[in-house]
Amino acid sequence: MTLAAETRTAIERARDRYPRARSAILPALWAVQHEQGQITADAMTEVAGILRVTPSEVEAVSTFYSMYFQHPHGRHEVIVCINVSCALRGADGIVDHLERTLGCASGETTADGAFTWSSTVECLGGCGGAPTMQVDHHFQENLTPERVDAILGALRAEPTPHEGLAVEAGGVAGGSAGAQKARRRGVPATTGPAPTEPSNAGSTAPTTEAKKRGRKAGQ
Amino acid sequence: MAEYKLLTKDFGAPELQTLKGYERVGGYQGLRDAFKKFTPETLVAEVKTSNIRGRGGAGFPTGMKWSFLPKDVFPRYLCCNADESEPGCFKDRYLIDQSPHQLIEGVLIASYALQVNTSFIYIRGEYHDQRLLLERAVEEARASGYVGRNILGSGFDCEVIVHGGAGAYICGEETALIESLEGLRGQPRLKPPFPAIKGLYGQPTVVNNVETLCNMPHIVQRGGEWFKSLGTDKSTGTRVFCCSGHINRPGNYEMLLGTPIRELLDEECGGIWQGRQLKAFQPGGGSMQVLLPQHLDLPLDMNAVQEAGSSLGAGAMIFMDETTCLVDVSMRLVDFYRHESCGKCVPCREGTYFESELMHRLEAGHATRAELASLADICSNMDGRCFCPLGDTATWFVMSAYKSFREEFEAHCGAGRCPVRTQATALVA
Repeated sequence: MTLAAETRTAIERARDRYPRARSAILPALWAVQHEQGQITADAMTEVAGILRVTPSEVEAVSTFYSMYFQHPHGRHEVIVCINVSCALRGADGIVDHLERTLGCASGETTADGAFTWSSTVECLGGCGGAPTMQVDHHFQENLTPERVDAILGALRAEPTPHEGLAVEAGGVAGGSAGAQKARRRGVPATTGPAPTEPSNAGSTAPTTEAKKRGRKAGQ
Repeated sequence: MAEYKLLTKDFGAPELQTLKGYERVGGYQGLRDAFKKFTPETLVAEVKTSNIRGRGGAGFPTGMKWSFLPKDVFPRYLCCNADESEPGCFKDRYLIDQSPHQLIEGVLIASYALQVNTSFIYIRGEYHDQRLLLERAVEEARASGYVGRNILGSGFDCEVIVHGGAGAYICGEETALIESLEGLRGQPRLKPPFPAIKGLYGQPTVVNNVETLCNMPHIVQRGGEWFKSLGTDKSTGTRVFCCSGHINRPGNYEMLLGTPIRELLDEECGGIWQGRQLKAFQPGGGSMQVLLPQHLDLPLDMNAVQEAGSSLGAGAMIFMDETTCLVDVSMRLVDFYRHESCGKCVPCREGTYFESELMHRLEAGHATRAELASLADICSNMDGRCFCPLGDTATWFVMSAYKSFREEFEAHCGAGRCPVRTQATALVA
């Protein structure tokens, strides 16, 4: 038994909710990663037991999807989009800045274990606020090097893993304590300080109308 | 302003994300009307009358898709495709962020029409906050009798399950989405059989995009004929366009179909930024072919854009100014497809690898002309030869850019650096 009782319960509830138990593999893996920060072989075997499938079937799924970690990651996850819309508005500069400030290459973890960061070609869906990154699953948009520093600085000061990583088993009503906390923070939730105006967005200040369009997270 | 607000009319209203706020603007009236005015059969007919076409990219008529379900085969399933991952696309996130109950109401109306008792909303893993928001909204709706057994006393039962993905663009392809929902690797299935016949758990299944379903409350309340009067003959209603790139006001804008693209760019997006000129744009997201400034007078009409050699796709407009290197843009898109290829079929798995290696050498100025000439060969071995559209669309932008900007591509050969980027830097300085 490697999983906490709460995680097992979340997985069992997901299993019972779907027409077929196998459908709960993705939510189960989210619950595992929420608790343990990665997907281990032992955990996959336990998930397989709860869902009545073979461990290899669980492993096949966990290695297909890029958001499941096969290795330990830092306390905070930073993912920067470098697809077209972000690239057109300076994503490469943000990538350079992160590499310099964090002192490690994309895909690596900082020496103090605070951050794992990576650049990704998988469009994050923050094109209206490009350049964009996600920090612990929350959107951070209209990035400038200064804004990146402010966001990372605030996180570094936090003693414990950010509650943003609270990803409970999808579709399970109620969810984990962490997820409930995340919900209470209001929606859409973001981390870090309020955004500053993008330095590269031209001279037009965003109007109230533009803000309503949700093009800027962090408000 | 050029915008026409149907789905986005109430966005920004107080507490619209909550059930109370949504009911305050008339929310769930569409569902009540559906039960009162329609049988499942007449509701499918009404959606057919509206002529609404799917908003996910392919533009297939929704009513027709619905009518493909075989009679008397149950259970059936509805999957709402919220796996939005098309490069440049962020409208589904916006629709969910602003009004999660509008989507849930749409899902329930469609479920009633299709006689579905279990519906799924498959939302991409990256939309973590949006998933939590939807889960909370479903619980609120259940507590008020909109979800669950005997909804509003109609005798109709429907469960809505929000299912989070975990980072795979391919799961936006409907059969891969179904595989993923069944707890498998997200790899597409062979069609036929189509999902309407054998889909989720081998049962008749409909997969509809978020924006398509968000239209349902409006079609039910105001009628298919009214909806059909909006837009053009072949493209009815409105669409939410995700505008990004080198423009002054990036964002989502809901436009009446048929409006000229130029109006969207000039009046809503505030034109090209920094006083520069438009060089090229992509009208339908990362998969679609490049268009040029002379295409700005085209209407936002699925057929018209198709005739011009591209597609409105998932509604993502990426604008590029005169400093943009089209080789660089092509390289990033090809990298994306290489990363997202599921590996099931050889032309896509190997083709995207060859494409990407070539584009990196070209962008760095190291490719020879002979290598560049092989691009067309690689692409012709992919387009139409892959198992699913991912591999086909991995060739569309790069080939269209090569055709329209041939000199620019050739100028990269043996240059030792990117000639366009250098000019762009000089222009900025």
